[in-house]
Amino acid sequence: MPTSLELYNTLYLIRAAEEGIRKYYSENEMKTPMHMSMGSEAVVVGVLSALQKNDEIFGTYRSHALYLAKTGDTDQFFAEMYGKATGGAKGKAGSMHLSAPERGFLGTSAVVGTTIPIAAGAAFANKRAKNKKMTAVFFGEGAMDEGVFWETINMASLWKLPLLFVCEDNGLAIHTPASERQGHGPIEKIISQFDFQIATSESTDVERIMARAKDVLQKMARTKEPGFLRLKYYRYLEHVGVNYDFDAGYRAKAEFDAWSKKDPILLQKKRCIRKGIPASRLAESEKRICKKIEQSIRLAKQAPFAKEGETYTDVFA
Amino acid sequence: MKRLITYEAAINEALHEEMQMDPRVFVYGIDVADHKRTFGTGIGILEKFGAERFFSAPLSEEALTGFGLGAAINGLRPILTHIRVDFMLLAMNQLVNMVATHTYGTGGKVKVPLTIRAVIGRGWGQGFQHSKSLQSFFAHIPGLKVVMPTTPYDAKGLLKAAIRDDAPVIVLEHRWLYKQKGEVPKEDYIVPIGSSNVLRKGKDITIVATSWMNVEAAHAADILERERGIEAEIIDPRTISPLHDEPIFRSVGKTGHCIVADYDWANCGFSAEVAARVSEACYGVLKSPVRRIAFPETHCPTTRPLENIFYPNAKDIVRAAEKSLNLRPIDLSKENFYSHEHTFTGPF
Repeated sequence: MPTSLELYNTLYLIRAAEEGIRKYYSENEMKTPMHMSMGSEAVVVGVLSALQKNDEIFGTYRSHALYLAKTGDTDQFFAEMYGKATGGAKGKAGSMHLSAPERGFLGTSAVVGTTIPIAAGAAFANKRAKNKKMTAVFFGEGAMDEGVFWETINMASLWKLPLLFVCEDNGLAIHTPASERQGHGPIEKIISQFDFQIATSESTDVERIMARAKDVLQKMARTKEPGFLRLKYYRYLEHVGVNYDFDAGYRAKAEFDAWSKKDPILLQKKRCIRKGIPASRLAESEKRICKKIEQSIRLAKQAPFAKEGETYTDVFA
Repeated sequence: MKRLITYEAAINEALHEEMQMDPRVFVYGIDVADHKRTFGTGIGILEKFGAERFFSAPLSEEALTGFGLGAAINGLRPILTHIRVDFMLLAMNQLVNMVATHTYGTGGKVKVPLTIRAVIGRGWGQGFQHSKSLQSFFAHIPGLKVVMPTTPYDAKGLLKAAIRDDAPVIVLEHRWLYKQKGEVPKEDYIVPIGSSNVLRKGKDITIVATSWMNVEAAHAADILERERGIEAEIIDPRTISPLHDEPIFRSVGKTGHCIVADYDWANCGFSAEVAARVSEACYGVLKSPVRRIAFPETHCPTTRPLENIFYPNAKDIVRAAEKSLNLRPIDLSKENFYSHEHTFTGPF
């Protein structure tokens, strides 16, 4: 069980890494479309902290937070952003296709909803192996518009798969709100017609989210049913890119102002201080993390690109 | 003593043997565990290996394909089965965006030992949504291997190779080949993926044929030999992708003539790929242009008289050979080119 400070450190790592991306993106060296996690940190860290270390996860093209929380690595992360040979996939993947299979981060995709059935297959393999591993698949609420989402919900319920669906609900698919796309009521009501353990949350408090996820995971273990979490958060930045876009007119800055008052990093920092952790210790932590990130960015910039021949390799294992 | 068994029995043996040998192998798909067991190919497997390794699934082709990928990267060797190739079109996103790219996208860290079997329908009113073969379509995508066994020997050997392969392999089985008998050894063997096969030796003209077109090519070769003393060499690539083209070039180097008889649409199809490769590699030795025999640019009709026109057959191959070799037209009025159409009595 991670301590409040450890949780803070992970939240801070994600935020600072993305601030690093924002700082250097305009240099035009990270040539990969950035779908930023900013705002969702508590959702990701909360759920991952409720899972075991060797549990397996799948994500989406918006998976910076997921990758950093699962691996703690920033060297390969930034190398991949810079498209370098030292990246996790030698630069073939970039920001939209992050993975770290050796550490249980099995895959992501740039096409909405598409890792959901893959996670079901992975969960099936774990069930067959009786290894007690849980698989969690993260997706946005836009994925619920896709047929394959419903196909997999049905399959997970029918076959009682050890699979946790995690809906990171920011209410927007690119720029279109759920109200303009979804002809149904609350998703949890629909999912409740299947055999599922379900919880929802609108919190940005990492420890509350962690507790909620833990509770569902315990019920899943008891009932052998799959689980479904709908966790609301606010996407701070534009759909793709590193900037704020409140001038675009599709959403109001006032929404952001309200959410940023309960910013997940801020909340956890306050908790740490409340718990008596000296501000100097937090500052030290932050400094160490920022240094690690700057170091990773420096290494990534210096690293070579993959050799030309790499274009053709890895098509087949 | 030669052991002759049917194509469907050969597939059944391959499944039994591989599942016996490797507990990671399992079979799933829409209706696989029904009483028909995918036209007999799944007989006895449920009884022997249990429902955990042989089960019917919801009608969710896309999710089932992703499910296979997930199981494959997590230690299993899934065999997804479709009773018609056409149904795979519901799964193109998973197949092309996910299955085909997974190894590449992880920088080569992850293997995808997934086999997808699909049956090509024909005749008895299969029509335009139960008759597609689509090998050109699948072979166009890097990261997917595509095989089309013609003989019972190849049906068993290629399926076993596909199951053992660490890459995704699509196995396209023609429904009309299911009852064909051929020699199949009892002992364990595989047919390596990416190995073309000379089905009939000859010195005068090369015919590259896929799947059912090999039956038509054999018929055409018989006629050419009997009527004009022409020895056609028939090459069955067996693997559409990655194509083993060397034996084709070698043969054309010897004959100087090439006909490609492909069981798919001609336009932008596998026949065009072979023709292009032969034209490039054998430019200096070709004595006639490479000719293609494949489906016309229309849909497969349901009614038989039109269907008979849609599908190319031995007659088309004979006529093409006459053109290439400058032969007097053979009188084909006594030949029966539609005997198989009466063998398959449907309904499915």
